[in-house]
Amino acid sequence: MLKKEKIKLLKKMKLIRLAEESIAEKYSDQKMRCPVHLCTGQEATAAAIGLLLNKNDYVVSTHRSHGHYLGKGGNLKKMLAEIYGKTDGCSKGYGGSMHLIDLNVNFMGSTAIVGNSLPVGAGLALTIKIERSKKISCIFLGEGCIEEGVFHETVNFCAVHKLPVLFVCENNLYSVYSSLLFRQPKNRSIAKMVNAMGIKSFSIDGNDVNKIYELASKELPKIRSGLGPRFIEFKTYRWREHCGPDFDNHIGYRTEKEFQKWKKKDPIQQFQTKLLKNNEITKQEIKKIDKNLLNKINLAHNYAEKSPFPKPSEALKNVYAK
Amino acid sequence: MTNRKISFVRAINEALFIAMKKEKKVICFGLGVDDPMGTFGTTVGLQEEFGIERVFDMPTSENTLTGVSIGAGLAGYRSVISHLRVDFFLLAMDQLVNGAAKWHYMFGGKTSVPITIRLIVGRGWGQGPTHSQSLQSWFAHIPGLKVVMPSTAYNAKGLLIASIFDNNPVIFIEHRWLHNQIGYVPKNEYKIPLQKAKIVKKGNDITIVSISFMVVEAIKAINFLNQHKISCELIDLRTISPIDYLTINRSVKKTGRLLVLDTDNANVSVASEIVARISMNLFNFLKTAPKMIALPDVPTPSSFGLTKNFYPGSKEIVEKILKILKKSINTNKLSNSNDLHDVPGSWFKGPF
Ligand SMILES: Cc1ncc(C[n+]2csc(CCOP(=O)(O)OP(=O)(O)O)c2C)c(N)n1
Repeated sequence: MLKKEKIKLLKKMKLIRLAEESIAEKYSDQKMRCPVHLCTGQEATAAAIGLLLNKNDYVVSTHRSHGHYLGKGGNLKKMLAEIYGKTDGCSKGYGGSMHLIDLNVNFMGSTAIVGNSLPVGAGLALTIKIERSKKISCIFLGEGCIEEGVFHETVNFCAVHKLPVLFVCENNLYSVYSSLLFRQPKNRSIAKMVNAMGIKSFSIDGNDVNKIYELASKELPKIRSGLGPRFIEFKTYRWREHCGPDFDNHIGYRTEKEFQKWKKKDPIQQFQTKLLKNNEITKQEIKKIDKNLLNKINLAHNYAEKSPFPKPSEALKNVYAK
Repeated sequence: MTNRKISFVRAINEALFIAMKKEKKVICFGLGVDDPMGTFGTTVGLQEEFGIERVFDMPTSENTLTGVSIGAGLAGYRSVISHLRVDFFLLAMDQLVNGAAKWHYMFGGKTSVPITIRLIVGRGWGQGPTHSQSLQSWFAHIPGLKVVMPSTAYNAKGLLIASIFDNNPVIFIEHRWLHNQIGYVPKNEYKIPLQKAKIVKKGNDITIVSISFMVVEAIKAINFLNQHKISCELIDLRTISPIDYLTINRSVKKTGRLLVLDTDNANVSVASEIVARISMNLFNFLKTAPKMIALPDVPTPSSFGLTKNFYPGSKEIVEKILKILKKSINTNKLSNSNDLHDVPGSWFKGPF
C-alpha cells in the first residue's frame, strides 16, 4: 500500500470513529430521537472497502450502516441531519439513522430488517451484468443475517449468475444480545459454508486494516472482470451497545474481559502505531488530522441541528412516485 | 385485593410463568427471550425457572422458528414465540399463512397447532417505516388465525393464558406504549375468553369500539366528554379476530351511533371492516353514519417533525364525536400536544 493510501485509510477510519463517538456523546441531549446502531470498533472494514470501491460501485447495507456510508464517501452533514430528523437529512427525515442513502456515491440504501437489502444488492449486480459495465455491487451484512433464509437464496442466485458482488460480512459475535453460540453451530466456518454454496470465500481479521486492504485489492479486480462474486467474513467486535450510545458490558450477555480483549485490538490504534513506528506519519500530523476531523464533525452537527424539521403535513406526501 | 397493581410487562411475565408451570409442554422461544433484557422484561426469569430446554434463544430465523412451532404443535407442544417488533415477523408469513393458519383445516381437522406468537408494535422515538407497523388487519384477514390485542395489564394476563391454552395459532399483539401501564391484576391464574369484547364504560350517546393503545386515548376522551354531559359507551374489542359482533351490535342498537378506533392504517383495516359490517347489518338502527379514526394511509416516518400530528389521540376522538353529535365544546384544554409527542412518558427514553 502506498503511503498516500495509508494516510487516506487512517483518515477514513478516524472519520467513522469520531463521527460515531460524537453521536454517542450527544445522544443524551435527546435531540437525535431515533434508534442508532453505532459501529465503533468495526471501522476497518468500512474504511478499507469504502476506499477501494469506485464512486460508481453500488453499496447496500444494514441497520448498522453509518460506517459503510461514510466509508463510501457519503455526505456526513446529510447523515447527521437524517439522524436529527431534519429536512436536510439524506432521506429528508423519513427514514432515520437506519435508512441512509447518498446517490452521489451510489450508496443505494441501508435498510433495517435483517437480510432485507441482500437481494437488492444482487438486483443491482444483475443490471451491471446485463450492461456489461465494470461496476461492483457491494453488500454489507452482519453474521446474524446468515441465519435468515434470504441469505441463502441470495448467495445461490449470485453464484448461479456469477454476479459482480462483494459480500462484506462483519462478524461481531452478537445479534442484539444473543451470542453466536446459540445461533450457529460451533466450529462451522461461515466462509467454508459459503464456499461450498458456490462463492469463493475468505475469512480474515476484521480489525487488521492492512490485511483487509490487501485482500480486497486483490479480489475486487477479479469480481470486476467477471470471475464471479466473492464473500469475505471479517471477525470484529462492536464496542458499544447493540442499539444506543452506551456501553453494555455490565448487563450480562457479554463480559468486560471479552470487551477489553477486543479493545486492545482497536483497528485504528494498531494501524496508527505501525505508521508511527515506520515513520510514515508523525504525532504532529496525527494531531492535525484529528483536529480537522473533529472540526468537520462539529460543523456537521451544527448544520444538522440548525436544519429545520420537516412540517408535519409532509408526512402525508411522498407515498407514491410521480 | 383489587389494589394489587402491576405493570403490563409484569402481567405478561406472570402469565408465562403460570402457563409453563401448569403445563410441561409449553415451550417459549425467540431471539433474545433469555437475554438480560428479556423481551422488554416480559420473559425475564423464565429460563432460570424452567430450564434451557423449554426456554431458549433462537437464530435470527423468523420463518423457520414459526415452522418449528408448527412441528412442535403437531407433537403436542404449545409454543410461545416472541418478536420485538411486528415488522420482523413479516419474514415468517409463509409458515404462518400457508402453514399454521391452515393445518387444522387442510388435514380435515385431524391435528391442530397451538401456537401463540407475541408481536410488539413500536411507536415514537424515530422508529420509522419498518419498526412501527401495526398490521393486525393482515392477520385478521387470514381464516384460521385468532388475533388478540390487549389494552390493559389485566387483559394482557388473562388473554395470554387463554391464548396459550387455545388449540389454534393466536397472534398476540402488544403495543410498546402499553408496556408500562399499571393496573389491577389478580395474582392467580385466570383466563379471559377469546372473542369476547369488554364494555369498559356504559353510555348512551355513541358506541366507541377501540383496541390496544387507542383504549387509553378513548378513556381520556370519554372522561372529558362526560364533563360536558356526553355519555359514551366504550367497547374494548380485545380479540380482533374473530370479532365479538354480539357485543358491538347490542351497543349500537342502543346508541345508534358508532366510532371505531384503530392503531393501524385506515385502508382495509379492522376499523373499516367493523364500520362496513355495522352499516350493512344495522343500517336501520343508525342515527348517523358510522365513523372511524385510524392512521393515515402512509408509512410511518421517522423524524420528530414528521410524526408531530401523525398519531390521532384523545383530542381527535373528542372532535370526531362532537362532529357526529353536531355539538361544539371548547377542546383547547384537551391538547395532546405535550412537547414530546414521540414518547409515552418519562419512562421511555429510547432507543427502542
Ligand atoms: C428480520 C429481523 N429480525 C430481527 C430484527 C431485530 N434486529 C435488529 S439488528 C439485529 C441484529 C442482527 O445481527 P447482525 O446481522 O449480526 O448485525 P449486528 O447488529 O451485529 O451488526 C436484529 C436481530 C430485525 N431488524 N429484522
